[in-house]
Amino acid sequence: MQYVSPVREPLVTSGKTYHDVTQDICYQVEAAPNIRWMGALGVALILLGVFFYSVYRTLWYGIGEWGLNKTIGWAWDITNFVWWVGIGHAGTLISAVLLLFRQKWRSSINRAAEAMTIFAVICAAMFPVLHMGRPWLAFYVFPLQNTLGSLWANFNSPLLWDVFAISTYFTVSLVFWYTGLVPDFATIRDRAKGKIARFSYSILSMGWTGSAKHWSRYETVSLILAGVSTPLVLSVHTIVSMDFATSVVPGWHTTIFPPYFVSGAIFSGFAMVLTLMLITRVVFKLEDYITLEHIALMNKIMMVTGSIVGVAYITEFFIAWYSQVEYEQYCFINRATGPYWWAYACMMSCNVLSPQFVWIRRVRYSIVMTFILSIIVNIGMWFERFVIIVSSLHRDYLPSSWAMFSPTRIDVGIYVGTIGLFFTLFLLFAKFFPVINMAEVKTILKYTVNDGPTYGGSNDGSRSPAGHHASPAPYSTPGVPASAPVNYDKQND
Amino acid sequence: MTSPAVTAAAPAALAPATTSSTKRFALGIFDDEDVLLHAIDNLRGAGVKIYDVFSPYPVHGIDDALGIERSRLPIAAFFYGMCGLAFALWLQIYTLGFDWPMIIGGKPAISLPAFIPVAFELTVFFTCHGMVITFYTISRLYPRFKTPVLDVRSTDDKFVVAIELDENSSQMPKLTQLLRENGASEVNQKEMTKF
Repeated sequence: MQYVSPVREPLVTSGKTYHDVTQDICYQVEAAPNIRWMGALGVALILLGVFFYSVYRTLWYGIGEWGLNKTIGWAWDITNFVWWVGIGHAGTLISAVLLLFRQKWRSSINRAAEAMTIFAVICAAMFPVLHMGRPWLAFYVFPLQNTLGSLWANFNSPLLWDVFAISTYFTVSLVFWYTGLVPDFATIRDRAKGKIARFSYSILSMGWTGSAKHWSRYETVSLILAGVSTPLVLSVHTIVSMDFATSVVPGWHTTIFPPYFVSGAIFSGFAMVLTLMLITRVVFKLEDYITLEHIALMNKIMMVTGSIVGVAYITEFFIAWYSQVEYEQYCFINRATGPYWWAYACMMSCNVLSPQFVWIRRVRYSIVMTFILSIIVNIGMWFERFVIIVSSLHRDYLPSSWAMFSPTRIDVGIYVGTIGLFFTLFLLFAKFFPVINMAEVKTILKYTVNDGPTYGGSNDGSRSPAGHHASPAPYSTPGVPASAPVNYDKQND
Repeated sequence: MTSPAVTAAAPAALAPATTSSTKRFALGIFDDEDVLLHAIDNLRGAGVKIYDVFSPYPVHGIDDALGIERSRLPIAAFFYGMCGLAFALWLQIYTLGFDWPMIIGGKPAISLPAFIPVAFELTVFFTCHGMVITFYTISRLYPRFKTPVLDVRSTDDKFVVAIELDENSSQMPKLTQLLRENGASEVNQKEMTKF
């Protein structure tokens, strides 16, 4: 039996009917692109151009185009890699973990969040591949039979674990996302007027008809995908953190890294989801689906994970002192007071202080404040990765190899370029794919309590019985008293 | 409330789409899932064989009402996962332990703890892809140019109960009445050549 508290805010406002949902979401796909979308795509394409130029320079002239030196052999590239992978995590968290926890509010945001995951992972994957210098030899990371004798990949290396983790994560997320899209493609297909639209959405929808048996299997598949994606998402960032943690570099060699990186990933991911959702809901007029309640809930997750990250920073300091290893102690004092103090200060203020404002209810429910906070958090999380990587590397065991890092134009170009790549992909997705999971939103429509359509029998706890939209017309079923509550699934649950 | 009103309902309600000849259907269109579930119970109680039900979203409880068996996909997924695990362990142990053992970082050639991450990832990889491919295959979902849909509103806001009719459609009036009585907002008849 499913009980929805009357205290809860509705998940979808304005008393939408099933048809309204279809209409509202499909409208974006069917209508001609609006000017704001075109403008945004234009900017994204310019940045994408920057990306291609920087990649061309990197490949043509080599990694010397980057600001790396013999001490700091990893800087912006791995910073950006970890940052992008982290951003991707919120999507899987929303689609998998919240599904397992039966958090119905995820339905309005999971589609866009999953798309964000996929595009973020694409951006992330660019960096290790480009860092190879010779990306055409990237297949060497896979354990393939080759002509060089018994040359196999080294399965003891966390960098190779990364290859498996990221490729599994990417393909599984893609499949999860696409399977969720199929029913919605069918909806668009059945409404399509134009020949090209009908043809392409027919191909994309794979012949989905919405048969009961298909839905039954579809739900099973979704649940299992969620079940395996949940440990997967934790494993991916754990393995990313092991790239550092299995080394003996002071500042990296820490057992706290896996949980600390995972919470940081969720933290930055939710910040990015918020940034994107706040823009999407305004541009596509989806205020009824992505409500203030959604924003507040995501803010809360951001605050919790931000606080975990804060605790991790302090724990690192404590452990450095407690370990009595002078290199560790020097590393952490150098981080806070050395030449990169500004990056450290930026990280601390953005990641530890700023999410604490979410405790204030007015901030949590404020669009403007949330938007600003989400940007700040993303900047802070980028600095976190930068601080961990560069500040640990720039002071080596040998003072003769101490060095500083300064990025070149190409470094900046590739980073800014991946942002262009990300937004190009996201904008194309938002235009041609349904941004909100229509089928799933329709399932939660009845739980909107406040002014939603219908609530079965009398034990519904609805606050305003008037204003029901799709409530069934009174009819008499032979053998069943008209007053009997007809809410099967609620009792099954 | 959850169990069908009459247990003597026709078994195997969902006939698989086998033939490609023309089929005639009575379509009961419903506006609400609760009404639909109730109607399915009553229809099956009255001995009507339901061909399929089309809905815009997964209706919970419809599996019980229609007598759809629980999917065995989870079992398949488990075995795919086991295959992935076995493959991953074989790959790592064979390549690093036997084909070309190397001392890397002072670790033994077969260092199982170091093999855990890749073994886990490949387990997940095989589970997901195996299961999803199986799902599309058994549901006969594949990219195609045209999809036979009995009522296009079933992907929008209507719930469609399809009942296959016999040659001369003599049951149509009776079915219409039955569907109407159970809350169908519309009852149509439709022929489908490709199914």
